Amino acid sequence: MPAAEVRPRHLLDFQGWSADRLNAILDNTDTMMQVLDRPVRKVPALQGLTVCTVFFENSTRTRISFELAARRMSADVVSFVASASSLSKGESLRDTVQTLSAYRIDAFIVRHEASGAAHRVAQFSGKPTINAGDGRRAHPTQALLDAYTIRQEYGDLAGRKVAIIGDVRHSRVARSNIELLTRLGAQVTLCGPATLLPRELAGEGVTLTTDARDAVKGAHAVMALRLQTERMDAGYLGSLPEYIAGYQVNEALLEHAEPGAIVLHPGPMNRDLEISADTADGPRSRILKQVENGQAVRMSVLYHLLVGRG
Amino acid sequence: MQLKASILTAEELRRALTRIAHEILERNRGAQGLALVGIHTRGIPLAARLAAKLRELEGVEVPQGRLDITLYRDDLSEIAVQPVIRETQIDFDMQPRRVILIDDVLYTGRTVRAALDALLDLGRPQSIQLAVLVDRGHRELPIRADYVGKNLPTARSELVKVKLEETDGIDAVELWERDL
Repeated sequence: MPAAEVRPRHLLDFQGWSADRLNAILDNTDTMMQVLDRPVRKVPALQGLTVCTVFFENSTRTRISFELAARRMSADVVSFVASASSLSKGESLRDTVQTLSAYRIDAFIVRHEASGAAHRVAQFSGKPTINAGDGRRAHPTQALLDAYTIRQEYGDLAGRKVAIIGDVRHSRVARSNIELLTRLGAQVTLCGPATLLPRELAGEGVTLTTDARDAVKGAHAVMALRLQTERMDAGYLGSLPEYIAGYQVNEALLEHAEPGAIVLHPGPMNRDLEISADTADGPRSRILKQVENGQAVRMSVLYHLLVGRG
Repeated sequence: MQLKASILTAEELRRALTRIAHEILERNRGAQGLALVGIHTRGIPLAARLAAKLRELEGVEVPQGRLDITLYRDDLSEIAVQPVIRETQIDFDMQPRRVILIDDVLYTGRTVRAALDALLDLGRPQSIQLAVLVDRGHRELPIRADYVGKNLPTARSELVKVKLEETDGIDAVELWERDL
């Protein structure tokens, strides 16, 4: 890594993160995985630091993953859950963050339904901030754990083909994956009904198709995105049976993928909607592996953001 | 930086390791039940050489491991440069064994403190002993080595460079003066 390169202070999206640095996070994830396999699943690296998870949008599993990651690195963790807080009393994001900062928090982990919220927390707090999902914009640690899971299978992302299928329009997971996977040299195909497939996402290394068979052709990994059933009411979708027939990730569709192709899903799943139950539980599925990897990836991200700032 | 003195030649380094191997055998009454764990970077080839000597002297294959102490350093919140994390690999059960921890230079003792913590998080060996090629003094913690290749009084402004074939292409121990 060139010494002159500025080390990013936050992980809000992948802007400013070089491929080398991102690969270093994935490399160190191997070590974090080893830590999780030991009798003592904890290292003292972040001893004395306090990390605050600030979740304005409910996501117990992501919050638990981050909190465990921080604890396994020996950081102290406090969590701020918006519904149970003064936010319902009208406190602004700025006031909330400044109040929390007064407790001498060393890093913030933010989930918010509004795009850009994590950037504002970074700005208000002045502390290293990790975006745990903001609106439709980004969810970088999810993309990192997806990349790690693919890498675990194939050793490398360069030249790998990844199909992302479903509600691409509303997906921060898809956006972060596009950014990350292309930077690491993978080819991404986005697929979904035309109403859920924004044309502007096409670019270098990214192709769009409304035909799922086309999308999975030659794919090493197939990712199903969660479908919010509310999208139907909003007129994005005709009917569920129609969606299932065209876009469900199932065994019949996977016959068109690479023989060893793996299946990913960011969770929580709608079984038999965007993914068939037998595929979710089948030999191609790496969905539980993703959960396991997520914890280790987040440990590595915390290390990269918080160690060596002295 | 300036070279001040050659401390050990390749031949002297080899003899120092042979002596340590004999001392290990004497103290532990043979090589049964031992394990060698090298601390990154140069502790690892030193562990391999000691294992070869023990094999030669006793015909016993002593299991070897490698230990990275990065996540256990006590200065992670102070340092400016982010250290590279390297592989820890101990794929034998430490519980029934006496583990000999191996490093090239013993100085402040902080690396060894970190290594002890790292090792104990991986298992519970019968005992832990410490072998170093060079003890240069200036301890900041109550730690001492059980086996020392060379005791070398130094000034803090000096630097002890251990060079090994495996990592540096040559076997030598040198004393250097740091630039002010």
